Amino acid sequence: MVQKAKYIKNIEGLNDSIIATIDNKEWSVPLDSANRHYQEILEWVAKGNTIEEAD
Amino acid sequence: MTKAAELAKMGEVLTNSQIGGRRNLIINGNFQNWQRSTSETGLGASAGYFTADRWRISTANSAGRFTMNRTAGDPDGFNYGLVINCTTADTSVAADEILLLQQKIEGQDVQHLKKGTSDAESVTISFYAKIVGSATDFVVTLYDNDNNRFISKLFTFTTSWVRYYFTVPGDTTGTLDQDTSSSLELWFWLHAGSNHTSGTLQTSWGSDTNANRAAGIDSIYSSTSNEFYLAGVQLEVGSQATPFEHRSFGEELALCQRYALVIGNGTSSVPYVGQGWGASSTQVIALIDLPTTMRATPSYSNGGANGVSIIDGLGYGSASSSFSISTSVSTPQSLFVDITRSAGGLTADKNYYLRTNSASDYILIESEL
Repeated sequence: MVQKAKYIKNIEGLNDSIIATIDNKEWSVPLDSANRHYQEILEWVAKGNTIEEAD
Repeated sequence: MTKAAELAKMGEVLTNSQIGGRRNLIINGNFQNWQRSTSETGLGASAGYFTADRWRISTANSAGRFTMNRTAGDPDGFNYGLVINCTTADTSVAADEILLLQQKIEGQDVQHLKKGTSDAESVTISFYAKIVGSATDFVVTLYDNDNNRFISKLFTFTTSWVRYYFTVPGDTTGTLDQDTSSSLELWFWLHAGSNHTSGTLQTSWGSDTNANRAAGIDSIYSSTSNEFYLAGVQLEVGSQATPFEHRSFGEELALCQRYALVIGNGTSSVPYVGQGWGASSTQVIALIDLPTTMRATPSYSNGGANGVSIIDGLGYGSASSSFSISTSVSTPQSLFVDITRSAGGLTADKNYYLRTNSASDYILIESEL
């Protein structure tokens, strides 16, 4: 279960990955629709949650 | 068996089975590879991958809990098997509860089954199993994830290792996608509520009706005395089970690493996993080259108590609690790890190495289905 998620920008200032806590473990998750963690995050967003913007 | 019968049997095998080449579609069916862990306790609250490579736990809504461990020595010819022990019983079963052990197979790896065509191939599932305790009846399902179709068989296990067989006829309905997503899935049902058991077990291919999925099973959560043992799982083309295809440890590990790579974790020394350079006084970027092309762009996580260090040529290290770590420009072949140390102290354009912090720490890179 996704507990929190925050975008990370790359050196060009674009959102490039997400730091997410999933089942109490921290993951760096790529923005790849084939990645199972990213799929979980998208399902979490579809339930009304929000990915925090990058610093 | 008479000579004539023996020849007839050989002819049947030659006609209906795949002879030569790689036969077993299941990866780590012999439970040789346990990159994440060989023993986990208190499982059952969430789904995921916890111990043996490629073997996934699917669970929902049960208060039951279990341990998942590697076993050794049985049955003959296998180094290891897997055992699931119930540690918290759940006898007040809600309708939507489930517990399954699964393996998911990419669509591009099952195109030769010709599923959904008039030439669809039969496949045969074989495995060794035994139980301890009162729960003896469990269901095995082959699930077509692209078309939501499945076929199941109920098995009654005993306290001795026995090899079990399930021949599945070719399904002329529903083609499998040729891609890197999950198309065909092998499920071992260990617990289910009435939403999944109140119908009649579906023993021929058909569309997914929840109530027909696991009718007739016992529950591993019925008692803390229950244990379920599994070894030598094989899924192969044809209507005959052939002897288990023993692949070497290295071959099996390489197949597993398409889906998960663990660096460290119990090795006697701390491995250097990536070479990096200082981007600024607060940032190091390290490249990790992956040993095989992964299924998809992987996720990255540190494990263990202390995570990773960055080391310069003089041996300087910093605990990962001082860092924030993310990945960027990742691909299925490699990934960059961005290490930010807001306290500063790093040097731009200097070489650094990324390593785990102690022998029990590890890096997990994952692109599982």
